[in-house]
Amino acid sequence: MAGLALKQIRKSYGPVDVIHGVDLDIDEGEFIVFVGPSGCGKSTLLRMIAGLETISGGELHIDGQLVNDIPPSMRGIAMVFQSYALYPHMTVFDNMAFGMRIAKADAAEIKRRVGEAAEILQLEPYLDRLPKALSGGQRQRVAIGRAIVRNPKVFLFDEPLSNLDAALRVATRIEIAKLHESMPSSTMIYVTHDQVEAMTLADRIVVLSAGNIEQVGSPLGLYDNPRNLFVAQFIGSPAMNIVPAKIVKTGTKTTIELPDGGKVVAPIKSGSALEGSNASFGIRPEDLSIVDGDKKPVLQGQVSLVESLGEVTMIYVDIEGRDEPLVAKLAGTHMFERGSTIKLTAEPEKMHVFDSEGISLQHL
Amino acid sequence: MSFFTRKKSALVWAVHLSVLLLVAVWLFPTLGLFVSSFRTSDQISTSGWWSALSTQTRQVPAIRVAGDEKEVNGRFIITGELFPDTDAKITAWGTSSRDPAAYKPDEVAELRSGATLTVSPTGGYTLDGPESFEGQRLPRIFSTATSPPEFTLENYRNVLFSSTAASGVGQSFINTLTVAIPATIIPILIAAFAAYALAWMNFPGRALLVAAVVGLLVVPLQLALIPLLQLHNAVGIGKGYLGVWLAHTGFGLPLAIYLLRNYIVGLPRDIIESARVDGATDFEIFVKIVLPLSFPALASFAIFQFLWTWNDLLVALVFLGTDDDTLVLTGRLVNLLGSRGGDWEILATSAFVSIAVPLVVFFALQRYLVRGLLAGSVKGG
Ligand SMILES: Nc1ncnc2c1ncn2[C@@H]1O[C@H](COP(=O)(O)OP(=O)(O)O)[C@@H](O)[C@H]1O
Ligand SMILES: [Mg+2]
Repeated sequence: MAGLALKQIRKSYGPVDVIHGVDLDIDEGEFIVFVGPSGCGKSTLLRMIAGLETISGGELHIDGQLVNDIPPSMRGIAMVFQSYALYPHMTVFDNMAFGMRIAKADAAEIKRRVGEAAEILQLEPYLDRLPKALSGGQRQRVAIGRAIVRNPKVFLFDEPLSNLDAALRVATRIEIAKLHESMPSSTMIYVTHDQVEAMTLADRIVVLSAGNIEQVGSPLGLYDNPRNLFVAQFIGSPAMNIVPAKIVKTGTKTTIELPDGGKVVAPIKSGSALEGSNASFGIRPEDLSIVDGDKKPVLQGQVSLVESLGEVTMIYVDIEGRDEPLVAKLAGTHMFERGSTIKLTAEPEKMHVFDSEGISLQHL
Repeated sequence: MSFFTRKKSALVWAVHLSVLLLVAVWLFPTLGLFVSSFRTSDQISTSGWWSALSTQTRQVPAIRVAGDEKEVNGRFIITGELFPDTDAKITAWGTSSRDPAAYKPDEVAELRSGATLTVSPTGGYTLDGPESFEGQRLPRIFSTATSPPEFTLENYRNVLFSSTAASGVGQSFINTLTVAIPATIIPILIAAFAAYALAWMNFPGRALLVAAVVGLLVVPLQLALIPLLQLHNAVGIGKGYLGVWLAHTGFGLPLAIYLLRNYIVGLPRDIIESARVDGATDFEIFVKIVLPLSFPALASFAIFQFLWTWNDLLVALVFLGTDDDTLVLTGRLVNLLGSRGGDWEILATSAFVSIAVPLVVFFALQRYLVRGLLAGSVKGG
């Protein structure tokens, strides 16, 4: 099994702890995405897996073998860097062949493997060019090709798309997804701060924050069922609306009271110890809808801004208990006067309730 | 807006003018040396190098008529050439220093006792008299001659190959090459390795070593001459090429390591890590990635080190000595200034020989001074 196991992995630079004990099991062939805000330690974790950074504590197993002290080239990994990191004085062919030449592979074998990789990535016309004669997207494909030629057990990508423009980013993202499909036994670990990349590529997403894993799960699992406030607000765009609340009734359903006095019943189990404690009520902008008729609204407030994007309308609503306006994302076009009162509601299953520590009641 | 553009164009003009000035200041003496080295000592003493390309008119010193006399039809005739070796043209001539341009070419001058003298435009003269000239003082011819531009390789033949005249410039040229080439290559080789280690390898005391290198930059080399020479004598190297190479290497290393380390440490980290993931050892990374990418830095340091060792006098005198068969070019020039101080053609030629190689080196390597090799490796590029 070419999986990875991270056991209490730590990293410190002198007295500064950057990674605080990460536990993670990755199966063979999985596409894992590390997401998190800038500076949370994603690259550091990836570089420890690659062997470019020493591991300060814990154990890293690749394919069942402890690799803490094994150099990068012996770990069966290949890495694609954000800056492409092509060797500027070598042609595309030589760039892709470099690793095999170092390993003293047979020339015919090198030619065959580079040829294969070039074919997959449609790089054949460029094999004799220097990197400086390629566009950004082509350079990144060469970098990916260089990884493929190494025929690794684990591919590591560190923000490979962030230097590309928006259109190329989508195209290259799709190419990486196809690549993974065509090599089902290769494990891929992909670092990004872009949650769209994470949602579209990952089998499982690992959400990191300040050197800790916040949650691991499938993209939709994280979206539907975030473990805590951090994940809830990090996954999904625009971010989930959070409104401070108080738990007033516990049981198989939980009743909470919002700052404007309104009560909401969420179909979430809760323990009686929570009764009377502070909590947060979460609802995604796309799960809000306008109350029709005179049903009781979940939230209401004054419209402060309307953005019509055609397919959707974003409405920013000032409500009690929040300094910043709440966002509602409504399908179609809607007209509202600024300052007019708007009443919003949501399906009970779409509601999230977090305890005073920020942990979702569903995960308690 | 227009204010800024005008200001900017004024700045551009100032830059262009100062560049022009620098080029002129550098170019004219060099050109003068170059031209003078192809002229004869006569030409150098009568006109400046800038008129070397134009036809020159000059007053030729008096030449006394000489030759065997022949008797033809009762008259006694002496013929000869004023300028047997050059193709100067006479524009005027005379027989007395009071009026050196009294006659045109082919005019006949009446002399005392019925003799006549004519001079042709090419300098052939005929003295014709009724009596034998035996025992008489023959007349002198003053002439004004124009000579076409003339260049000679004679100076170079003299300076480089003749064993007598400017004895040994050729030998010294070879000596200097023998000093300068190894004294350039050895420090670069050592410094490149050291610079890579100081930039990209982790080992205890690295920062201290870098600081020591920077400290050594400011040690004046005169301080080390005597102790070093004593050391060389003590370990048996003595005076000789090995000693000079070692001395130049030692004196050049701090700057070389410092410059190369600063360049190499600026290479993109990702490229080096990528090579490491590809399985390259430190030595392979150095040889296959760092060295090719550092070529501009290596070349620019090579230029500096070569010029410095080529032009060096002090280190060579101390460690190589003043023997004729090891004297370097700078030392030879000093000697020539003393012994042949008046022979401008020899000095100019020797001087040009000594600057020719630095010029070639500079023009051969100057394109590497432009740092352009990194384009395309990392983002943007
Ligand atoms: N060499 C280093 N020395 C000290 N701190 C470092 C070093 N490299 C990274 N860090 C710190 O580690 C943290 C994680 O960095 P990184 O893994 O690069 O974050 P990101 O998630 O943006 O990739 C950052 O706070 C950074 O300041
Ligand atoms: Mg990063």
